[in-house]
Amino acid sequence: MPVLRSSVDPNSDEYKANFDHMAGLVERLREELTKAREDRSDRARARNAELGKLTVSERLDRVLDRNAPFLEIAPLAAWNMYDGRIHGAGSRAGIGVIQGREVLVSANDPMIKGGTIYPMGVKKTLRCQTIVMENRLPAVTLVDSGGAYLPMQSEIFPDIDDGGRVFYNQAIISKMNIPQITAVMGLCTAGGAYIPAMSDHVVHVKGTGAIFLGGPPLVKAATGEEVTAEELGGARLHCAESGVSDYFAEDDAMACDIIREIVANLPPQRKAEVARRAPVDPLYDPKEIWGVVPRSLSTPYDIREVMARLVDGSELLEFKRMYGPTLVCGWAHIHGYQVGILGNNGVLFSESALKATHFIQLCDRQGIPLVFLQNISGYIIGREYERAGITKDGHKMVAAVATATVPKLTVMCGQSFGAGNYGMCGRAYSPRFLWTWPNAQIGVMGAEEAAKVLITVKNDQLAREGQPPLPPEMEELIRGPVREAGEKEGNAYYSTANLWDDGIIDPAKTRDVLGLALSAALNAPLDQRDQGHATFRM
Amino acid sequence: MFDKVLVANRGEIAVRILRTLREMGVAGVAVHSDVDSRALHVLSADEAVLLGEADPASSYLNVERIVQAALDTGAQAIHPGYGFLSENADFAARVEEAGLTFIGPPADVIARLGDKLTARRLLADAGVAVVPGMEVAARDLADLARAADAVGYPVLIKASSGGGGKGMRVVSSPEELTDAATAASSEASGAFGDGTIYLERYLDRPRHVEVQVLADSHGNLVHLFERECSIQRRHQKIIEETPSPALTPELRAAMGEAALVVARAAGYVNAGTVEFLLSPDGEFFFLEVNTRIQVEHPITEVTLGLDLVRHQVEIAAGGVLGLRQEELVPRGHAIECRIYAEDPAAGFLPSPGKVILCRPASGPGVRFDSGIYSGVDIPVSYDPILGKLIVWAEDRPAAMARMIRALRANVVLGVHTATELMLDILASAPFAEGETHTRFVEDHFGAWAPSEEGDLAAAVGYVSADLLGLGSEPAALGDEGGGWPSPWQTLGRWTLGS
Repeated sequence: MPVLRSSVDPNSDEYKANFDHMAGLVERLREELTKAREDRSDRARARNAELGKLTVSERLDRVLDRNAPFLEIAPLAAWNMYDGRIHGAGSRAGIGVIQGREVLVSANDPMIKGGTIYPMGVKKTLRCQTIVMENRLPAVTLVDSGGAYLPMQSEIFPDIDDGGRVFYNQAIISKMNIPQITAVMGLCTAGGAYIPAMSDHVVHVKGTGAIFLGGPPLVKAATGEEVTAEELGGARLHCAESGVSDYFAEDDAMACDIIREIVANLPPQRKAEVARRAPVDPLYDPKEIWGVVPRSLSTPYDIREVMARLVDGSELLEFKRMYGPTLVCGWAHIHGYQVGILGNNGVLFSESALKATHFIQLCDRQGIPLVFLQNISGYIIGREYERAGITKDGHKMVAAVATATVPKLTVMCGQSFGAGNYGMCGRAYSPRFLWTWPNAQIGVMGAEEAAKVLITVKNDQLAREGQPPLPPEMEELIRGPVREAGEKEGNAYYSTANLWDDGIIDPAKTRDVLGLALSAALNAPLDQRDQGHATFRM
Repeated sequence: MFDKVLVANRGEIAVRILRTLREMGVAGVAVHSDVDSRALHVLSADEAVLLGEADPASSYLNVERIVQAALDTGAQAIHPGYGFLSENADFAARVEEAGLTFIGPPADVIARLGDKLTARRLLADAGVAVVPGMEVAARDLADLARAADAVGYPVLIKASSGGGGKGMRVVSSPEELTDAATAASSEASGAFGDGTIYLERYLDRPRHVEVQVLADSHGNLVHLFERECSIQRRHQKIIEETPSPALTPELRAAMGEAALVVARAAGYVNAGTVEFLLSPDGEFFFLEVNTRIQVEHPITEVTLGLDLVRHQVEIAAGGVLGLRQEELVPRGHAIECRIYAEDPAAGFLPSPGKVILCRPASGPGVRFDSGIYSGVDIPVSYDPILGKLIVWAEDRPAAMARMIRALRANVVLGVHTATELMLDILASAPFAEGETHTRFVEDHFGAWAPSEEGDLAAAVGYVSADLLGLGSEPAALGDEGGGWPSPWQTLGRWTLGS
């Protein structure tokens, strides 16, 4: 296969300045990740230790295979929301390996507000269930939660994407024959009681684990009966008498060991067959991406420089290289998995949209997973392009992306504006996974453009009323807040806080993240594509 | 004591070292090549670092990568095991230069003892008997011929920086000398990058007897008695035992004392082995010093009740050796059989492949030090040792009977091994009589061939495994599409924040 040749000079001042800039962003990311993992109050830590519980990190270490990756999902969900300390929306979740088997593990963190569920916590749980369903990954849940965070109950209870949906999904996941294994390591009250109840396997820890529809305070209030949590819903009651739980564990460590045994006993998983080659490293060090990506989002750069640092042997068989050059499409391998990769080299024109449509159809028919590298300011606008039908060509690309059934993976590498976000498989287009680089920005349009539009609309309105246009200082009053909001709500941390992605990643780790995700995605069979018509040459 | 130690090796010895580290509460870091990412030593460690590709130069001999791995993981010391870099003085020096501790003797001691000629001179000066022969390398053929005449035929040509039988030739008459010397020199040059050769008198049917020594950095020094390693195939030890059936108490004391003289003369620190040749009439000659833990060290451990690796680590950390020579009394008899992946039906060529089933022997006095498990692949790139079966019993006949039982019960299916040959040796009259010498296999088993019906129990095992589908792996282990591993298997410990 043809090999990409880099024209970036790692000794240039530009490269070094870019590198240092990205190094700073990655350093901050590491700090945020560490804070999310470790920032807990002394009181919560002491309480956890007093109860003889392992911490969430220790539980994850114990349940997952050693020396294997853990691809954490949304570790910075709810970042800077609520009181700023509901790290990871109150839980940790991710894809890891148990007994050689790829699984999705999620765990409440009882050291964050007693593991109570905030609105973003529900959103994260639902996201994890989507990952489980789309990729057919066994779900392992370590429950230790005081239930809904009552002051915000109205935001997490009744709607289609609220708490009730979690249990609905559990039934559907079970119907799909995807194993669900739950360990009760703390309270599972009321609705929370259904998380174990709806699972295939329930492991119950003596002393700390409790399942009941109404906890001791509610029982006392309703009936006057005085009862302890252990008597009301402890491991012995549920394992020996009620049959709600299946496996009795003396402590957290034993519960983790039992989960490992259960996973080892699951029927073998046949992964989807895709073209594989021996995995080889890229010719260029992935860390050079730090120096390749310009400091300013508005500075254009060749996305092939990124691809050369992502794909095996830096080999890319480019599709329609000379046609629609603002979108680069081609076949490559990542960690040995064949992929169709698309990356932006400028604004999308009709030709680039048609090229994308053709390429996506081919990949979908051939069962080749798609990788989207988004750095897109949008589709081209203007009279000439509207006349040529840019909207209907954009439609083709968006429709092809929406209906492709092969695994789709998206990485936000810079700009993500307007319909470009959709055409390049943004969150709403159900990529199996989506990650954000720390430099990325997202929005309906760039903040400057948005301000200009608002000023134009205002001036048009004033003109209709026979008034003079806004003076420059009034324009600034409009531009300032719009720019500020654009920067705040468009940046990677706002994105990841709202679960618009599965996490912010170090660009140098993109290759490994994609490789892990491809392997995980292949736990689900590929649809056999018979579209009832030929692939159309666009 | 160290908090964390990196083990710069693979296979059974790496696993064995990691076990002791775990017992000592010291974190163990494994290093590995890409074909070893699921090897037992990786799975046994607290952390593992990928060094590079399979070829040893990129991985287990890659000095800079190994030192960097130790620095990156925060290890304070490196244990080199045996083979690979264990007797490489430059490596030991590089480790110390990086501010780390090398678990073994100081670099200058390794360098002095590593060159056989230098070692011969050093010890001849200390009054230890060496096999009569040249004290400097041969400059040319005439030099070699003069020396051969002086010590008397037959002579043995050896490579100055050799080992494992490479570059060795027995020459019984002057006419054979030229051809043998040329062949030996080119073989040595190919194997060690140094074609320097010398010769010494060839002892007919000597025994190979070695003495284990242990020295700390405070001047305390003990010997841990002998190991007899005479049962060799092509200069490769296959069965070792202790005590040696050939030693009288007087001879044992004399050899032990000689080993201490050698260690003292060399300024030795840490565990080492002084090898001697013992002639049939009870004369012993210094052969060489192995400046590392030996493959066969467990037989010493079980007869003395010691953990040699623990002592190595403690000595390297500056500890004082608590053992007193007069308190050391070996008990009973120990035998070790080395299990290699080799095919007796194909001239004992290495037999790599997948271990379908590994079920080690157990029971009183049985120990299996191995680097394998059911389902692991044995790569072609390295020494094919799978493990070592070690038994201990009260006396030699009981130990032989126990080894025969243990060898029969030790199941390794999927690769060929020479278990059958070792069973035949252990059951033979010459072995029972203790007539072990370095030509034992040639003399008594030169025409040995595996039995034609093969191992019936293994055949039944294979058929059962096939019927049960044990040989096929679940696809989730990454076997989809061509058997290439998934990054879940190759990346090791990995997180977004690491």
